[in-house]
Amino acid sequence: MSVMTEQEAKTILDKVCKLSKADECTAQLTGSVDGNIRYALNNVSTSGIVNNTDLAVQVAFGKRVGTATINEFDDASLEKVVRRAEELAKLAPENPEFMPAIDKQVYKASDTFVEKTATITPEYRATVAADCIEPCRKDKLVAAGFFTDSARFAAIANTKGNYGYQKSTNVDFTCTVRTDDGRGSGWVARNVGDVSKFDAKSDIRTAIQKAKGSADAKALEPGKYTVILEPAASAGLISFMMFGFDARQADEGRSFLSKKGGGNKIGEKVFDERVNIFADPWDAESAVVPWDDDGLPREKMPVVTKGVVDYLQYSRYWAQKQGKKAVGQPGNLIMAGGDKSTQDLIKGTKKGVLVTRTWYIRMVDPQTVLLTGLTRDGTFYIENGEIRYPIKNFRFNESPAIMLNNIEELGKPVRVADDESPFIMMIPPMKIRDFTFTSLSDAV
Amino acid sequence: MDRRDFIKMSGVGLASMMLPLYGRQVAAEVLLSKMDAATKKKIADVALAAAKSGGASYCDVRIGRYLRQFVITREDKVQNVVNTESSGVGVRVLANGTWGFAATSDMDSDSVSKAVKQAIAIAKANSRMQSSPVQLAPAKGVGEVSWSTPIRKNSMEVPIKEKVDLLLDVNAAAMQAGASFIRSILFLVNEQKYFASSDGSYIDQDIHRIWAPTQVTAVDQKSGKFRTRDGLSAPRGMGYEYLDAKPEHKIALPGGAFVYSDSYDMKADAIAAAKQAKEKLTAQSVKPGKFDLVLDPSHLWLTIHESVGHPTELDRVLGYEANYAGTSFATLDKWKSKNFKYGSDKVTIFADKTQPTTLGAVGYDDEGIKTQRWDLIKDGILVNYQVIRDQAHILGLDHSQGCCYADSWSSVQFQRMANVSLAPGKEALKPDDMIKNVENGIYIIGDGSFSIDQQRYNAQFGGQLFYEIKNGKITQPLEDVAYQIRTPEFWNSCVAVCDEKDYRFGGSFFDGKGQPGQVSAVSHGSSTARFNGANVINTARSLG
Repeated sequence: MSVMTEQEAKTILDKVCKLSKADECTAQLTGSVDGNIRYALNNVSTSGIVNNTDLAVQVAFGKRVGTATINEFDDASLEKVVRRAEELAKLAPENPEFMPAIDKQVYKASDTFVEKTATITPEYRATVAADCIEPCRKDKLVAAGFFTDSARFAAIANTKGNYGYQKSTNVDFTCTVRTDDGRGSGWVARNVGDVSKFDAKSDIRTAIQKAKGSADAKALEPGKYTVILEPAASAGLISFMMFGFDARQADEGRSFLSKKGGGNKIGEKVFDERVNIFADPWDAESAVVPWDDDGLPREKMPVVTKGVVDYLQYSRYWAQKQGKKAVGQPGNLIMAGGDKSTQDLIKGTKKGVLVTRTWYIRMVDPQTVLLTGLTRDGTFYIENGEIRYPIKNFRFNESPAIMLNNIEELGKPVRVADDESPFIMMIPPMKIRDFTFTSLSDAV
Repeated sequence: MDRRDFIKMSGVGLASMMLPLYGRQVAAEVLLSKMDAATKKKIADVALAAAKSGGASYCDVRIGRYLRQFVITREDKVQNVVNTESSGVGVRVLANGTWGFAATSDMDSDSVSKAVKQAIAIAKANSRMQSSPVQLAPAKGVGEVSWSTPIRKNSMEVPIKEKVDLLLDVNAAAMQAGASFIRSILFLVNEQKYFASSDGSYIDQDIHRIWAPTQVTAVDQKSGKFRTRDGLSAPRGMGYEYLDAKPEHKIALPGGAFVYSDSYDMKADAIAAAKQAKEKLTAQSVKPGKFDLVLDPSHLWLTIHESVGHPTELDRVLGYEANYAGTSFATLDKWKSKNFKYGSDKVTIFADKTQPTTLGAVGYDDEGIKTQRWDLIKDGILVNYQVIRDQAHILGLDHSQGCCYADSWSSVQFQRMANVSLAPGKEALKPDDMIKNVENGIYIIGDGSFSIDQQRYNAQFGGQLFYEIKNGKITQPLEDVAYQIRTPEFWNSCVAVCDEKDYRFGGSFFDGKGQPGQVSAVSHGSSTARFNGANVINTARSLG
């Protein structure tokens, strides 16, 4: 019973809140069914289904907090988990940054659950693998991919009367296609909530085309180039930058959004005026659960408007200390753009580099959010509006804070998820000038 | 530490904390209990019998109890104390020449038998798409045996108060020494693993690991500049005795920095970090160019890990990780040629899962294979890879090298990196003497930023402390340093390695690989080594 009904979840949470003898009690019940299939060398390598349900109970006596979790839900187990949290709380040192449980909230449901995704079968997953492997076999190509689907629920409650329940689904697919001689490599990724929007047969063609097109890559000199970053290529950089949007870090002087002399850069223009980023839990393409990990309601809110920083994330403690209002931390990031596709951006480019994917992105200097990483699985030279030839991969050393000041053009946002990011993102393809490549990579 | 190994810890009230979360949270005293081997053998026998009657040609059972404790502090505050326990049974079978895997947290006979049936069903279903059957290298059963990390003090037995007091004392000392901020953490792990297979092995192991990372930040509000200095400890396969801070384990390096060998003085390092983080605010920004690099083991471990450890994993070489972690430049044709110069003749790099106190040290791997030591690169030539049972035949080996690992009872075991280490130089050589011969170089201590391509050619590394070397002398600290390498050129530029007296370990506590991702812990030993003519870039930027 990994995805409980609302009634089942509520019954358990009500019992937990009643059992608690602490000053306050907050409980969160989550469950998921995650299915996956993995293939490599044109063979299925592993597949499985993981069921998981967890109840986390946090109680407080004054400023002493204890948390315990359990995955059994009979009355005796519920009593056990509550008592264990209470014991831990009594042993814990006082937390000077303790914040009391949140008051009763109103959550406006978002459209995060699709039945068809929740009922994906092992046969469907096998078909996805076959749809990728078969055309590759026929074309002397080698496919390696991963398809994973999940159906989840989350329910929260506390002794102040707060309560919420919502279900969600997600599908994530990536596939790398390589030529059998290892000289070419292409990639495709897709993230959707509704599996009916996913078509492996169609997506695999993108990876096949890039694999075949990327053999015989030429070496260009490292340096500053105009680049067209496909949405998946820039998502990792933007997501990494969001670590600098923590208000406390900024106020403490250790973020690229810290102000010289103290304070933070809320209200300051930090990016090109075409940069508009917002969060919206009810967005039709990228809906997320309408509360954050603290149970705070998420809101539709601007993060960056016309290049000006509107939002930094205040924890409840830091908001109270600074006299600010704590709002729910975004679960999605939506970057506005235009109507053009990646192909349209290529058409309008005299000279440039098309980047399919970025890889192994790491922070080099948090002072400037300087990130390093590499291009991968399809890097091409563009001349006079056309892809002219494949080029060898580059290492970049670039800051998204600089990159987002060097915008030439933005295309139409698409939904992407990055394996190292907590966000579902809507990111446009971007044409950026003076993107800094610092060395060549021989990797294919 | 690899960011992709961290999932958002989404328990109530734990918002904004990035922690590796395993299992359910439990009271501290639960971490002291153990399940007896006889009970585990009974469970294993149920699974083995079910596999046999279900038509599996091979079966292994892993009964695991994974205990973890994290104590997290900043300045004068305890941010969190987390105890987690995860236990269950993972069953792997071969049916129709194909692997199948299933796992259950319920250890009763019915649940275990059901998991075996599921594993066989998955194997049979997947065998329809299998082009060639799995070939297992032979492995003789070892009977009923046990192995334990030779710890002197079980970390789980040390009261939480003692740990909290230690960290808060460390933090106070750093703040006193001028730190603007400090974060200090204890990560403690105990894996109680029981392995049984249809080959006749029943192996009970008790494995301990410890890691004590810190990060000190210095902020100059006037200039708006901030710098961090991470602690110079290494995660180890040890008990709480790693924090004993024995004076003989504190090592003075050229230039005035201190590092630690077999025990760690967390407080002394935090005080030094506070001073050095402040110095970094005003240190000379490096002028980019070609430099000879002198790399301390506290730094070099990560370069070894990325540029030798990963590319010699045979599953990567073959293409099994092509979609995510990537493949490898160290292809089979290079190995077959027996003359591929991976490095200079000073470079001998070996894999070893037996070295005491290392993160990878176990008695047997997660396929029940006794752990070993073997060369990967011998006098500069690529001579071997890291393999598990179903890969050994590809290299013509009649045995597995014991590199199989799963990070949980619920994860399927696969090839993971052994401890991979640079052998010390054969001639007597100290870091001081090495530096005396360098005309224009940089001495790097501690690991920093790291990134490498999907075939392990092009890598970039930062560090914690950088010192300019001019005409054989350390002249001043430097900042904004990163070096970029092409792996074979880099290892071929190795002109000297210090002797075994300088041999120390570094390591990764959360090394990520696979889809779905799994973590593993691995150590890398080396002595200080010199690499000529590396490309150094300046990483300073202006945001205007």
